[in-house]
Amino acid sequence: MSTDGSSAAGGSGRLAGPLGRLRRHPGALAGLGLLALVLVPAVAAPVLALPDPALTAPAQRMLPPLSAGHVLGTDHLGRDLLSRLVWGARASIAVGALATLIAALAGAVLGLAAAWLGRLVDGLVMRGVDVLMAFPYLLLALAIVAALGPGLANAMLAIAVANVPFFARAVRGAALDIRHQDYIAAARLAGHGEPAILAREVLPNLAPTLLLLMTTTLGWMVLETAGLSFLGLGAQPPAADLGSMLGEGREFLTTYPRVAVLPGLVILVLVVGINLVGDGLRDLLDPRWSPAGSSAQRQGAKADARRVAVGGDAGDAEQPDGLPLLSVRGLDVDVTGPAGPLSAVAGVDVDLRRGERVALVGESGCGKTLTALALLRLLPAGTAQRGSVRHDGTELMALDDTALRHLRGRRLAYVPQEPLTALDPLFRVGFQIGETRRAHGTESAYATAALVRMVGLSAVPDLLRRFPHELSGGQRQRVAIALALAHGPDLLIADEATTALDVTVQREILALLRRLCDEQGRALLFVSHDLALVAALCERVLVMYAGRIVEDAAASDLLRQPAHPYTAALLGATPELGQPQKTLSVLAGEPPAPGARVSGCRFAPRCPRVQPVCRSAEPELVRTGDGRRVRCRFPLEDGA
Amino acid sequence: MSAPVLRLAGVAKRYGGARCWWPLGQRAAATTALAAVDLDIRPGDAVGLVGESGSGKTTLARIAAGLLSASDGSVQWYGRDVRGLDAADRAAYRRGVQYVFQNPQTALNPRRRLAAILDDTLRGLTSLDPAQRRERIRRVAAQTGVDTALLGRFAHQLSGGQAQRVAIARALLGEPRLVILDEPVSALDVSLQAQILELLGELRARHGLAYLFISHDLAVVERLCEHICVMHQGRIVEAGAREVVLGEPREGYTRRLLDAVPRMQT
Repeated sequence: MSTDGSSAAGGSGRLAGPLGRLRRHPGALAGLGLLALVLVPAVAAPVLALPDPALTAPAQRMLPPLSAGHVLGTDHLGRDLLSRLVWGARASIAVGALATLIAALAGAVLGLAAAWLGRLVDGLVMRGVDVLMAFPYLLLALAIVAALGPGLANAMLAIAVANVPFFARAVRGAALDIRHQDYIAAARLAGHGEPAILAREVLPNLAPTLLLLMTTTLGWMVLETAGLSFLGLGAQPPAADLGSMLGEGREFLTTYPRVAVLPGLVILVLVVGINLVGDGLRDLLDPRWSPAGSSAQRQGAKADARRVAVGGDAGDAEQPDGLPLLSVRGLDVDVTGPAGPLSAVAGVDVDLRRGERVALVGESGCGKTLTALALLRLLPAGTAQRGSVRHDGTELMALDDTALRHLRGRRLAYVPQEPLTALDPLFRVGFQIGETRRAHGTESAYATAALVRMVGLSAVPDLLRRFPHELSGGQRQRVAIALALAHGPDLLIADEATTALDVTVQREILALLRRLCDEQGRALLFVSHDLALVAALCERVLVMYAGRIVEDAAASDLLRQPAHPYTAALLGATPELGQPQKTLSVLAGEPPAPGARVSGCRFAPRCPRVQPVCRSAEPELVRTGDGRRVRCRFPLEDGA
Repeated sequence: MSAPVLRLAGVAKRYGGARCWWPLGQRAAATTALAAVDLDIRPGDAVGLVGESGSGKTTLARIAAGLLSASDGSVQWYGRDVRGLDAADRAAYRRGVQYVFQNPQTALNPRRRLAAILDDTLRGLTSLDPAQRRERIRRVAAQTGVDTALLGRFAHQLSGGQAQRVAIARALLGEPRLVILDEPVSALDVSLQAQILELLGELRARHGLAYLFISHDLAVVERLCEHICVMHQGRIVEAGAREVVLGEPREGYTRRLLDAVPRMQT
């Protein structure tokens, strides 16, 4: 799989640590601010010089705010409102937090037991949980309080119990997932017993999930406590929490609204703060999250409409039939790193003729997938592309979304690596083909039956009535190709379209792609890491290394005599059937990550033929005699 | 001929077929993942297991490693059924058969440092003291080309090639007799694949290891293994010396598999 630069950038982002990224998450920062507003006074309540919150003074009832000694005034019994708010918030937070803790612990134990102790325990625990979940939580909590009697401690217990099912289910799901991970099998192979595996392998992996659930539930728990207290089942006078203050203040809502409004506001601020922090934490713990999002991409696209690069020698300038079908000039792709954009693809110049089958090869992380997606302007969030992509004379970078969408599918089509994720699992194959055929307002180029015949699926009984999971991997890939073909595109871009398939099926799909391109004069860009594979399919090969095209040559020339040392190393490292004695050339090291500083030629650190001059400046992609292009000062030559 | 390190005798694995909750007592349909497989692995042998996805390769390997139990048949460690081993032999079997997974990133606990993972493995398999464990880890890391400075990191901070080296190091810590390699190079790029294949060849020569090498890539298997078993739908359909199975295949399925391999010389 080649998620290329984006994954590398996510990885290094994780190195910087969630705390470092917090600064770039406005939501979480705002949440922390709101939370601090309530939490700090609540925690510090005993040391603050506040009047006793329970001290009644009937003579001073309903004093307005800013009265002497009462900043926020007093309530109907003359108690200091500020003091009551602070102590009330303290009670609410404590009860909410404790209830969360109890529910999380009990839920974790039950969930873990269900996931680990076999089917019988699982069945018993989960059916019990189902029974609890069958009652609305408030009803359940009310029933528990009714049985135990009102009081803050009982309310807390009730809320905790009502939330155990939620935690038990989530923990069971997470634990089942962990249970099937290879590192659990590896721990068994190391001879460890189940308790050790649970403690050392499972719990550390469960902890973030649990922590996240707890933060996102905490706000809810505070609200539920307030709800029970509001109904008079929680805090009993003279003690108060925010909910009971709200309940008492309700009587004076028309005459002295602040008595009820103030605790309501505090609840609001507290719960919103907790939820924002919880959401932020979820993002920050996810290594894939990136703060820049799609805005960088939009800016990139805008900048390009103005900065359409000028020509340059890119393959076949003198076309026999005029314009090339696809013409790419100066294509750059940046991915978002922890400290700004990192260059993942740079200076790609290439032309594709009509009906030409071209391969894009290279190791993972070299920018193949990013390049392919950039040609369709389908890059994911957190990336930006610059440069010019012209399809049949139309500049893609200058098109708006609607025009772009029409071009994709009708003229340009994409075949994904894993058709199981590309097809919608909930819809029948026939519906998905039909939907794609109607996608662009006009009827598609081919009828459904013709499409099915083209991809060789006519013999599958009831094909159109099947769901994707009812097909084999090869059949699914054929359906994906049929979808791509529906509008008769003149360019197919296939990203590792056979990598997930078995060799015998792979061979059939390759033959199909080849036939479809041959018969209908369709061009193909086939992205792959496998040189032997593309040799069987494509006429021309583009080799990519560290975001640059380093060689562009006819497939037969490339295999017979690679010119770039990287191409030679790739060929030399590929094992060939029937030649077990072939010495594999071992290319030490690994490609540089996007944005890595390499002075001079980017392959120089790994190149067996490196010269001092190679490290001075990056070589250009230059055309050699036999129509190839090579980015190397000292290309290999015949007999070299 | 020396006695096999590990012998699978009539090993079968079926899934499903349990009694249902409803209708009570009725049996669900069972699927056969593995049907009566026999396989001997002798000391120092490298046996390649090839076949397409769903052919039962991984099921077979997991049963051999004791990660799954067989529905039928027996797994024998130096001639004795692993289910009847006494504590000492059981520990020897545990140490003696190790496993390298396809994806090193999921085979190394993402939330633990690599040094801790290796140390735990050694603690589970042996009774060495901490100084001896450090020494053994240092030695195996050197043999597998793992820079010990990397061991303070987490798995996700390593590249795929480095992580697979760590996973191989872990498998070698207990000085096993048999290492089961489940598609160990399939997730790697060719340049890293060549590095790992070379490493596996070296390690085998140095330690006299036996390999059970699983791969869908015939060219890779051919390089490393003298014996090849072809699996298809839960059975071994053809087995024998590399030259025979790949050179003069008798089974139609083996021939189809060979024909489908893309070749660079066209």
